[in-house]
Amino acid sequence: MIPAPFDYVRAGSADEVVGALAEHGDEAKILAGGMSLLPLMKLRLATPSVLVDAARIPELSYLRDDGDHVAIGALTRHRDLETSDLLGAECGVLRAVAAQVGDNQVRHRGTLGGSVAHGDPASDLPAALLALDATFVVQGPGGERTVSAADFFLGFLETALAPDELLTEVRVPKTGSSGFSYQKFNRRAQDWATVGAVAVRNGSTRVALVNMGSTPVRARGVEDALASGASIADAAAHAADGTEPPSDLNASPEFRGHLARVLVGRALTEAQA
Amino acid sequence: MEVAITVNGQAERHDVEPRTLLVHYLREECHRTGTKVGCDTSSCGACTVLLDGESVKSCTMLAVQADGATVTTIEGLAPGDELHPVQQAFQDHHALQCGFCTAGMVMAAVSLLEEIPEPTERDVRLGLEGNLCRCTGYHNIVAAVLAAGAKR
Ligand SMILES: Cc1cc2nc3c(=O)[nH]c(=O)nc-3n(C[C@H](O)[C@H](O)[C@H](O)COP(=O)(O)OP(=O)(O)OC[C@H]3O[C@@H](n4cnc5c(N)ncnc54)[C@H](O)[C@@H]3O)c2cc1C
Ligand code: FES
Ligand code: FES
Repeated sequence: MIPAPFDYVRAGSADEVVGALAEHGDEAKILAGGMSLLPLMKLRLATPSVLVDAARIPELSYLRDDGDHVAIGALTRHRDLETSDLLGAECGVLRAVAAQVGDNQVRHRGTLGGSVAHGDPASDLPAALLALDATFVVQGPGGERTVSAADFFLGFLETALAPDELLTEVRVPKTGSSGFSYQKFNRRAQDWATVGAVAVRNGSTRVALVNMGSTPVRARGVEDALASGASIADAAAHAADGTEPPSDLNASPEFRGHLARVLVGRALTEAQA
Repeated sequence: MEVAITVNGQAERHDVEPRTLLVHYLREECHRTGTKVGCDTSSCGACTVLLDGESVKSCTMLAVQADGATVTTIEGLAPGDELHPVQQAFQDHHALQCGFCTAGMVMAAVSLLEEIPEPTERDVRLGLEGNLCRCTGYHNIVAAVLAAGAKR
């Protein structure tokens, strides 16, 4: 399968990406690792007429200690996250979640920014960033703005990014090297999560779910129960409260609810250990 | 668009459409047909090659994305008549049956051993999860990669 024809623009800087997007309008798409976009283009589910390749912009690929948070360039690959000592020490949960994305080949190409911008509720990293209350830095024709993770994921494959905007940086608070867990349930190797549960304990405990709705979601019922002193088992029973899990070949909504309760229980237990 | 890639140590330069996939660049422009297309949907890993030393699925990458890079295919692993240690281990451990997955499997294993020189069985099974084999049941593939790791 070969994608429909398109023009290819290789951008040398963030400004060039934004310039190219402004020039070509919403016919253009940013190409990062291509691990989500190219399969869609091969199936002709996506047919952009211009691809703006941002993968070679060195100024967008970094992990940096920025005082109270770690700043990560949007074009940083999953592989660089899963091998980063800085991330391991300061935000171990993100490093651990990155290591569970797809397979080695996918992690050698796919980027953090691509995972976030794609807005797939079945992706691992967006849920982790939601649990972490991460901040996204976005550059557009009007300059730079920041969006909190809570305001970023709007719907299935829909985010707060406008078609002419580039995600440049992800900021994650320092939550340390321990006190977290990611429980991913899938039925085949290398596959997306049927359901996933991320727990991060750092003072309070925050929990987010993968593939339990049209966006990654916070398990507020669980968080509130824990805050008012409930046991792990009692809190985990609220994991699916208020969610609208999808139905597909892998699981019914009811089974997803069951998985969420079980996985959240395991995640909380591991995060407290 | 002209795309220059060093393939197995040899400079290649071909004028291709931007939509040309790396696997087709390798097979049809460079005439290196060792790299196979299996699923063509990013799942099976039969098309795995090394891009600047790291495993990638060449059916899910554009040739233009590899412009200026170094690519190694199965043909480029063994410089002379002697097999690469991972190829030799596959032969010694009978790690293939039909052989269709083998080129990709070997390239993925080479990349894995670069990253984890002495892997455990779990490391190998996880490290090769992007490569599917319909014949062997994986047992001998894992044994071959462990043996190649132990010999390094
Ligand atoms: C076999 C396979 C298995 C996978 N398994 C998993 C899995 O288990 N879990 C998981 O989470 N993911 C999985 N993925 C997806 C993978 O994580 C992708 O790497 C990721 O979703 C997209 O990142 P990318 O850099 O490849 O983005 P691309 O595919 O290049 O882009 C994706 C989308 O984001 C846009 N975009 C990219 N970067 C930016 C930016 N900086 N600013 C604005 N927009 C941008 C693009 O225009 C496009 O619309 C898998 C993929 C494959 C092929
Ligand atoms: S042919 Fe590329 S992954 Fe199957
Ligand atoms: S040997 Fe036949 S697919 Fe692996």
